[in-house]
Amino acid sequence: MTVFGTDLSEVADLAVSHAYLAGLPLVLGLLISLPLGWLALRRRWLYPPVIAGTGLLYTIPSLALFVLLPGIIGTQILDPVNVIVAMTLYTIALLTRTVADGLGSVPDPVRQAATAIGYGPVRRFFVVELPLAVPVISAGLRVAAVSNVSMVSVAALIGVSQLGMLFTDGFSRSAMGPILVGVIACVLLAILFDLLILLGTRVLTPWLRVVRA
Amino acid sequence: MIATIWAWLTDPANWSGAGSIPDQTLEHLRLSFIALVVAALIAIPIGLYVGHTGRGRVVLVNIVSAFRAIPSLGVLFIAALLLLPRLKGELAFELPSLIVLVLLGMPPILSGVYAGIQQVDPAARDAARGMGMTGQQRLWRVEVPCALPLIFSGLRSSMLQIIATATIAAVVGLGGLGRFLIDGQANRKYDEMAGGAILVAVLALLVDLVFAALQRFAVSPGLAPAARR
Repeated sequence: MTVFGTDLSEVADLAVSHAYLAGLPLVLGLLISLPLGWLALRRRWLYPPVIAGTGLLYTIPSLALFVLLPGIIGTQILDPVNVIVAMTLYTIALLTRTVADGLGSVPDPVRQAATAIGYGPVRRFFVVELPLAVPVISAGLRVAAVSNVSMVSVAALIGVSQLGMLFTDGFSRSAMGPILVGVIACVLLAILFDLLILLGTRVLTPWLRVVRA
Repeated sequence: MIATIWAWLTDPANWSGAGSIPDQTLEHLRLSFIALVVAALIAIPIGLYVGHTGRGRVVLVNIVSAFRAIPSLGVLFIAALLLLPRLKGELAFELPSLIVLVLLGMPPILSGVYAGIQQVDPAARDAARGMGMTGQQRLWRVEVPCALPLIFSGLRSSMLQIIATATIAAVVGLGGLGRFLIDGQANRKYDEMAGGAILVAVLALLVDLVFAALQRFAVSPGLAPAARR
């Protein structure tokens, strides 16, 4: 099937690799920001340097990072790994602060109560603090997800295959069709990511629904 | 690899004449500042209005998050395809990109200004009302000064967004440091691409530092994080 002169099965293929290039870094970035954010919160003196350092990452324009990474980590310029690493760095840049602030928003009495009923620090973190920080972390994750999806498309300029290829392809042929299809597909993918995170948050925070009902 | 990039960055031939490093850096700055000023002139009044009156809040929040999902590269190409055939000369290369830079620069300013005015301590607002200040006086003498930290963070993320998008806009013919990235790729010269990328990253960092310094200067010391804790 074709829409605006664009083969939809090809769009689906590009969308899958786009989802992979934007989604995997989201998971990796979250896994790395959790300990980083925790450290920044627990060791007070680490907070300013960690937050400033991760914030600094975010000032680097995406195209510049895509181009520089091969020189730093020794990959080929066309290697999708560059995009994965770059997007993971951006995710860490956005999430570390959110994780620190989310964990910091857990009320002290709650933490003390957990300690009082005999929870060790590890168990307290995973069973009490992390779940209570989920709403804040998920808000940050939503921002990161949406901006990852739109930023990955820039990688088309260095030839990494994903929905952004529709933009460069359409522009080189002066055809509006593929570009419009690409923009719509990107926005739909961003909405899909957003819905998945909202759903995950809902499942992980059953107490919020009980309070509301 | 690092040696060849360094050689490109320090080659005297790249530092003088048209299209040289200083030339493109100034061009990048000029285009980015034009875009930031236009975006701020449109977005700040809207943000102030919505923040002060609370009208149109839902629309603004939704538009800002929707804009974040729109891929800048796609919008650049759409603007270029629509406008390039209709414009002549220098304008043809600049106007489509400038329009996109302004559009993408607005959402961070809108949300910064709006959120800044929104989170002003209601007690401060009530006190101002109790002192008999009019709506205008409250806005300019109480709400705006209190909102400055968030207004600045909105301006700073807008500027970063504009600098990054201006880099990409070299694809549709815009001047600036993006030229080295795009032309370097077209000529398969990695040293030029990487050199350009380093320059863009450094430019973004320096501009952000300047804004951070301005912020420190403009924001009342009473609002500094140290005083709040």
